Amino acid sequence: MTVVEEPAAKASPPPPRRLTMAKAMVEGIAAEMERDPSVFYMGEDVGAYGGIFSSTTGLLERFGPERVRDTPISETAFMGLATGAAVEGMRPIVELMFADFFGVCMDQIYNHMAKIHFESGGNVKVPVVLTSAVGGGYSDGAQHSQCLWGTFAHLPGMKVVIPSTPADAKGLMISAIRDDNPVIYLFHKGAMGLAWMAKTRRALGDVPSESYETPIGKAAVARPGRDVTVVTVSLSVHYALDVADELASEGIDVEVLDLRSLVPLDRDAIVESVSRTGRLVVVDEDYRSFGMSAEVMATVAERDPSLLTVAPVRVAVPDVPIPYARALEQAVLPTPERIRAAVRQVMG
Amino acid sequence: MAAISQSDHSQSDHSQSDYSEAGRPETGGPLDASVRVDLYRMMVLIRTYEERIRQEYHADKTPGFDIGAGKIPGEMHLAAGQEPVAAGVCPHLRPSDALTATHRPHHLAIAHGVDLAKMTAEIFGRQGGLGHGRGGHMHLFDPAVHFSCSGIVAEGLPPALGQAFAFRHRGTDSVAVAVTGEGGANQGAFHESLNLASLWRLPVVFVIEDNEWGISVSRRASTSVEDNSLRAAANAMPGVRIEDNDVEAVYRAARTAVERARAGHGPSLIEVHTLRLWGHFEGDPQTYRPDLATVEERDPIPSYRRLLVEAGVLDEAGVERIAEEAATKVERAVEFALASPEPDPSTATAYAFE
Ligand SMILES: Cc1ncc(C[n+]2csc(CCOP(=O)(O)OP(=O)(O)O)c2C)c(N)n1
Ligand SMILES: [Mg+2]
Repeated sequence: MTVVEEPAAKASPPPPRRLTMAKAMVEGIAAEMERDPSVFYMGEDVGAYGGIFSSTTGLLERFGPERVRDTPISETAFMGLATGAAVEGMRPIVELMFADFFGVCMDQIYNHMAKIHFESGGNVKVPVVLTSAVGGGYSDGAQHSQCLWGTFAHLPGMKVVIPSTPADAKGLMISAIRDDNPVIYLFHKGAMGLAWMAKTRRALGDVPSESYETPIGKAAVARPGRDVTVVTVSLSVHYALDVADELASEGIDVEVLDLRSLVPLDRDAIVESVSRTGRLVVVDEDYRSFGMSAEVMATVAERDPSLLTVAPVRVAVPDVPIPYARALEQAVLPTPERIRAAVRQVMG
Repeated sequence: MAAISQSDHSQSDHSQSDYSEAGRPETGGPLDASVRVDLYRMMVLIRTYEERIRQEYHADKTPGFDIGAGKIPGEMHLAAGQEPVAAGVCPHLRPSDALTATHRPHHLAIAHGVDLAKMTAEIFGRQGGLGHGRGGHMHLFDPAVHFSCSGIVAEGLPPALGQAFAFRHRGTDSVAVAVTGEGGANQGAFHESLNLASLWRLPVVFVIEDNEWGISVSRRASTSVEDNSLRAAANAMPGVRIEDNDVEAVYRAARTAVERARAGHGPSLIEVHTLRLWGHFEGDPQTYRPDLATVEERDPIPSYRRLLVEAGVLDEAGVERIAEEAATKVERAVEFALASPEPDPSTATAYAFE
């Protein structure tokens, strides 16, 4: 939905430029489409509309309808089509408009796209990138607000990347396209820098104009700190950084670790940070139980539970569907208020 | 009179073969004046409602447009232009009949008799809403009239089969109406549902609202057949397509289909060529839409009003009265919604389980 046009990025002025995450993502896709004719993009409303969340703005005009294709609302068919095309050597990028919709096509994703490489004993490659919008915070209700990355990450055979900055949005996209495995690329609607959604200033950032890869499976220290490690991903990185800035004035020095990728998970980075701070808060906009937050804690517990000087705390969506009414939704999301309270709790 | 294309390509001698006759839309004489006035009245009520929601939705999203702001946050899919579908189908239904709608549900909810005040409170996210503010405008559930809807395209269809199954199991003659947009007719759930309903002869009426657009993708650009009623024949059930957004033609076709379902003869499909008067959702710039210039003149309400006035069925005073009644009903519903409290955040995890 493009109610108001975002401030247009001028055609390649000297690097780095400040771009929204949406524009950076498109730049990554365009760079690879330019370089590799086997790359194409398909999904619902990705052509003339430019993606409901501006994930493909300008691509149709630049690459034409052969390579930027609007699909019918037939997710099973086009998800499977992506797998088949990839098996035959193409590099499809396929958009599932909202991650919430995986229900109508999950078999093609987790039983086919994700398993063919394994079942074939490594003889068949499936280099698909599946892009999808995640996240809530704008009252879109229980079927349009979920993150669900823990579900993709739980099922073997797919890499899962989740950028939180414009620079990573571009670099992870390029890496994902070049990767020979299925890569699930999840972008948070609230982090895209869309003109029609509440903005976070961190959705705008410096992006190098040349092509580069952001390594998949490497976390980034978004902010170094001594006292507490906040491990998180996606839009919650922005909130954790805001909270860290605030608490710095109270003398609490928060380290924010942006996982960037859940599969593979950078377990070393988690353990390394906790070994310095001794305190762990995990912030996850996905459901609380059986997910990312538990995996991060298990990582520390398995390596060396004595690294923790105090019981870890997680801030996640309690195990209920996302409510519609604003006050209810804000009560279940990992808001800055809840993150702040969790940090204070581990500080004692 | 509307053009009605008959697309019942039944050539098999399938055992359920009475479908070819039953699917033929009746053309008959004119409808009773009172029926026609009721059709008009319902269309006006729906339009009045959608206009009011639109106004409330945008009232406090400025400056700029922040989708999550204001007293009605989130996505908003309004059904202006599609009134003939709801107004034409629902007079044949009883509160004991089920209706499953889509992400664009208001017109069908209103015409099927969903509690207008509680529905409005739900749209405003209030405790007094149908779902106590948990659901929102795409998730309206009113068990009193067996109404539900889903925000996942075509996924509202399968549950309608189950409701029909339960009705028959209990020995009632209730029916279930399952609605999708034309975009949804390309989903697996649609094709699976047609087959299963036909195979088990379930009392279901499938209704496709062909407003020509699935967000920015036109029917032509997404659909292999010119006419979705052809897809009924593939599943051995009658299918008709109503052209021109004609409320009376919808009324007649729905009467036939509902009677057939009630009588135990199984499902039918009706596709209505209707009109999306506004954007896919509020805020949609519709820059992809080449037919924008002619949308207003295809509005089904002024033309039906003219028809009824010219036929002497309605006079200016009647038109006036219907408009006022609608305005009053909508005003009362909005007042109820605004007077209802916001849900208490400490109850945010309620209702996940019984
Ligand atoms: C399974 C699924 N895919 C995609 C969407 C996103 N989406 C919502 S409405 C819509 C278009 C639906 O078109 P149509 O069925 O014709 O209904 P209309 O909006 O025209 O009433 C799409 C693609 C969704 N909600 N569910
Ligand atoms: Mg449509």
